[in-house]
Amino acid sequence: MIQAILVFNNHGKPRLVRFYQRFPEEIQQQIVRETFHLVLKRDDNICNFLEGGSLIGGSDYKLIYRHYATLYFVFCVDSSESELGILDLIQVFVETLDKCFENVCELDLIFHMDKPTEQLGNSSELSSWRRRICHQSEGSTLLQEPKNRILHWGRGWSR
Amino acid sequence: MSDIVEKTLTALPGLFLQNQPGGGPAAAKASFSSRLGSLVRGITALTSKHEEEKLIQQELSSLKATVSAPTTTLKMMKECMVRLIYCEMLGYDASFGYIHAIKLAQQGNLLEKRVGYLAVSLFLHESHELLLLLVNTVVKDLQSTNLVEVCMALTVVSQIFPREMIPAVLPLIEDKLQHSKEIIRRKAVLALYKFHLIAPNQVQHIHIKFRKALCDRDVGVMAASLHIYLRMIKENSSGYKDLTGSFVTILKQVVGGKLPVDFNYHSVPAPWLQIQLLRILGLLGKDDQRTSELMYDVLDESLRRAELNHNVTYAILFECVHTVYSIYPKSELLEKAAKCIGKFVLSPKINLKYLGLKALTYVIQQDPTLALQHQMTIIECLDHPDPIIKRETLELLYRITNAQNVTVIVQKMLEYLHQSKEEYVIVNLVGKIAELAEKYAPDNAWFIQTMNAVFSVGGDVMHPDIPNNFLRLLAEGFDDETEDQQLRLYAVQSYLTLLDMENVFYPQRFLQVMSWVLGEYSYLLDKETPAEVIAKLYKLLMNDSVSSETKTWLIAAVTKLTPQAHSSDTVERLIHEFTISLDTCMRQHAFELKHLHENVELMTSLLPVDRSCEDLAVDASLSFLDGFVAEGLSQGAAPYKPHHQRQEEKLSQEKVLNFEPYGLSFSSSGFTGRQSPAGISLGSDISGNSAETGLKETNSLKLEGIKKLWGKEGYLPKKESKTGDESGALPIPQESIMENVDQTITKKDQSQVLTQSKEEKEKQLLASSLFVGLGSESTVNLLGKADTVSHKFRRKSKIKEAKSGEASSTHNMTCSSFSSLSNVAYEDDYYLNTLHDRGDKELKTFSLNSELLDSESLTELPLVEKFSNCSLSTPSLFADNSMEIFHPPQSIAASVAKESSLASSFLEETTEYIHSNAMEVCNNETISVSSYKIWKDDCLLMVWSVTNKSGLELKSANLEIFPAENFKVTEQPGCCLPIMEAESTKSFQYSVQIEKPFTEGILSGFIRPLKISSEDFGKLWLSFANDVKQNVKMSESQAALPSALKTLQQKLRLHIIEIIGNEGLLACQLLPSIPCLLHCRVYADVLALWFRSSCSTLPDYLLYQCQKVIEGS
Repeated sequence: MIQAILVFNNHGKPRLVRFYQRFPEEIQQQIVRETFHLVLKRDDNICNFLEGGSLIGGSDYKLIYRHYATLYFVFCVDSSESELGILDLIQVFVETLDKCFENVCELDLIFHMDKPTEQLGNSSELSSWRRRICHQSEGSTLLQEPKNRILHWGRGWSR
Repeated sequence: MSDIVEKTLTALPGLFLQNQPGGGPAAAKASFSSRLGSLVRGITALTSKHEEEKLIQQELSSLKATVSAPTTTLKMMKECMVRLIYCEMLGYDASFGYIHAIKLAQQGNLLEKRVGYLAVSLFLHESHELLLLLVNTVVKDLQSTNLVEVCMALTVVSQIFPREMIPAVLPLIEDKLQHSKEIIRRKAVLALYKFHLIAPNQVQHIHIKFRKALCDRDVGVMAASLHIYLRMIKENSSGYKDLTGSFVTILKQVVGGKLPVDFNYHSVPAPWLQIQLLRILGLLGKDDQRTSELMYDVLDESLRRAELNHNVTYAILFECVHTVYSIYPKSELLEKAAKCIGKFVLSPKINLKYLGLKALTYVIQQDPTLALQHQMTIIECLDHPDPIIKRETLELLYRITNAQNVTVIVQKMLEYLHQSKEEYVIVNLVGKIAELAEKYAPDNAWFIQTMNAVFSVGGDVMHPDIPNNFLRLLAEGFDDETEDQQLRLYAVQSYLTLLDMENVFYPQRFLQVMSWVLGEYSYLLDKETPAEVIAKLYKLLMNDSVSSETKTWLIAAVTKLTPQAHSSDTVERLIHEFTISLDTCMRQHAFELKHLHENVELMTSLLPVDRSCEDLAVDASLSFLDGFVAEGLSQGAAPYKPHHQRQEEKLSQEKVLNFEPYGLSFSSSGFTGRQSPAGISLGSDISGNSAETGLKETNSLKLEGIKKLWGKEGYLPKKESKTGDESGALPIPQESIMENVDQTITKKDQSQVLTQSKEEKEKQLLASSLFVGLGSESTVNLLGKADTVSHKFRRKSKIKEAKSGEASSTHNMTCSSFSSLSNVAYEDDYYLNTLHDRGDKELKTFSLNSELLDSESLTELPLVEKFSNCSLSTPSLFADNSMEIFHPPQSIAASVAKESSLASSFLEETTEYIHSNAMEVCNNETISVSSYKIWKDDCLLMVWSVTNKSGLELKSANLEIFPAENFKVTEQPGCCLPIMEAESTKSFQYSVQIEKPFTEGILSGFIRPLKISSEDFGKLWLSFANDVKQNVKMSESQAALPSALKTLQQKLRLHIIEIIGNEGLLACQLLPSIPCLLHCRVYADVLALWFRSSCSTLPDYLLYQCQKVIEGS
């Protein structure tokens, strides 16, 4: 199960925060902060896995992150997930954002936060989403104004 | 940063334009969306946190005005929501908008609804009270003809939904499983998965529909159902063994590329699906040879196919390896998996190396040779710059620790410990070091020093068990008394040295340990007198950096030492200083010390030397205060009431004034009426009741919500797997291999000594010291560490040995006989069924260690004379084939004659109680065993009848029953039978009792009617906190209440207390004495069931049973 998805920039500013588990506001902020400090001090050439420790849920949880330009994408998952699988899932997520926004950058996340947030849906949905990303957002695609690129993105991923 | 701002400015117009719809009031919308834009822009331009806060507060107050203004259109509301979400994400409170989000989801058109639902799912949490307002909207949308609306409703249900409202939407969602659109089916499955997570009992009855979803023609639906299966199989793998074939077939299709191309990811077919399937197979095949055999082929295929050099194929490979090592071993596959692990470990990619180490850690118990192969890599990883890799390496080393390499490994761990600052790492590592030190310590000095390091680094964050265990170890000692004394003496000496050092601060826990040890064992010292020790403790006491808790430890130590010190100025000074202390606790201790000090005789008798392990007799009932109490009562004092009673009284007093009809109407809107059942007997209490139920429901709701979601699953199978793997120990002659490896290493050492650099040599040296125990003592790792090494400190390991021994023995016993037994049909034999449900726990075994003197065995005997010797004293003669007797035939053809003979053999007792029909468990030509159950008042009585059908005597037939976890089985007297005469039947009786109530739903044998009056029912009803409600559709045959209740009485043994009009009261108890009450009510053909109990899981279980009975009949 994916427990949380955090996206923040190189300065630790959260850009997208999705918890699949209820945490009080202060704890959420603390988690984001601590996670940021954890990943920040890690070089790019060491491994992408971190044991979550006391942050969320203890030793059963781990953080899997990727660093793209100005953004860190961090997934917090429990032991029922495959590390490498999640690593690729992050890649898929970013690719999707890229398709959605055409060359996604941090700004897109800022100004269109509803789209990625909706893509994330719920954690189990995510695992289906990873197989056919657009299915999940199919509903929302229908809702969008007929903008070509969104529909195009939709067609590309669904059958 | 500046270029970002620049980009913002240039990008903004474009971004906003995209957001605009084609027509409509574009101007209004633009102004709103640009307000989000300007908000974001404003925040980016700010320089301080303080300014940001001011801006957001401003924004929030303007939003507050807008959302509550009646003129605000839904379109504007939608924009407001987006801004609110943004503010909430930044950590500001936007709770005033929650209700508007719900309203938007309810009223808006598709676009607005979508934003409304999104906002609701982001703002609210599972137990938020506003969530109940969403239920109606969801129900409406689920019934909508618009697919998109249905989709949105299903999505929100699978994200957040109040647990107690599940019955309201469950039938609607079940219908959606048959929907023609696959996306709807998929989302319905995910919604049901969510329900399974938060309330497994409520979806128990639709397990069959999950199976349908698994076979769905759409891959997406099938994949969604895998989530549910992975979860359920993790909880109870034995119930789903029959699905192994299906999973294997699905995996074969996926691996073979039979899925549509758009499931491919970097030309790997549905990698995440494969990973999930492999996990499921690993769980199913664990310790189960037959199931495992089904999957060997497909695992082989997966290993072969996953050769592409892409990240995700490594993920699949890793999962494959994991599965191969989890299931019943097959040497070819193990070989291939080992090769794969090698690929991971040797990979230059750091992520793969990490996983390689992880895999090694997992398999090291089964295959220690792998660690030897990769020892140089492991050594390199120990000095890796990445702390995560280092930690993983230490974890690996921890698994291979034995008495020979413990010092080196603990040394490495301590080095790492000194570098790391994260609390989690420290806690974890300190625990491991303490465990290793306790288990394998080579000598006293090393042990005490290691523990000193543990205490001074682990300090106040470590697990409290560590110091406690350590102290108990010192106090209880081991086998050898002189050894113990030496250890204690060494501890005392080392602590005194530590305390002598100036300007060193020790953690409080360490100081507490020191003070206890010094207090207890200073008498062992030769040189220092107790007075000197007291002086040292006194110095600590006067130290300001010592916490008051530690000070009480210190003063306790001083108190213990005082009688040995005879007269000491320090003590007097201490008393003088602390009797005026501001800390009441310290003052109390000081006064105690003072009084004892004045009466030395009493003191010595109260505080004897070295008696810390002896039990004190404590008068827990405080009977010596009886006189005092009686006096108080006679003077008119109120009698004492326990805390819970006072609480209840307080509640009931409040109730009188607290008219709160809303509490109940929320929680029971599935009901048409909301009169509480207790109202029947306690006429005037209705309003009070409803308030209480409301309150209690919210309480229980919160608790359960938290528990269910954060349940923790173990990642690596731990102790159980070890014992399980024993039976499948590898057939490789390990010792010889390892000796070879050792030899090659030493040879290499010799030949390369000259050419190697010094660094290399160091590494080699380290390697040989780290892996020293692995070669010669391969069995250590196979049998779990605890077993073969001679322990320095026995106390802890003994328990472990016993445990593992026990587990493995039951396991071995059950393997052969139990699996075959499980084929026997038991019809509606609840008890046995339930036992089978828990098959993984290996409940019961029949082993008939009998020496049969039948014709078959006679032919095997070389001489007839031996016949006479074949008595109890020669058990080995037929020991080998004793089990064979019990392989039952696959089909049971019970002859009529036998049935009748069994019927006659029912005990007289049977007539008094309800009993089940006799069920044949197994038979062959010589013997047959059957069983039936008697539901006695205090236990479940299992009667096993063993019939000797052969014409010969059967000697020392022995029926062994292994109780399941949580059950206690006791043999009734007079049941053993050393000899069974020819063609006779003997009965064994065992009474089964529950030892402690547990959560798994297998209790039906232990439900008894509870005979109480309606008044008692009313009272009990109020006192129970756990309740469950559900409506059940009745079949036509029993549309009347009395007949429905009769069915419940017969099938579930509930007691009918009273039937009043269309309502009925029933009660039962779970043995030994957990009551559960049921209130039912009939409307047309719907039976509303309402359970309450003091136990949280019992109502759920009973509800499920009732549903089965009523819907089934």
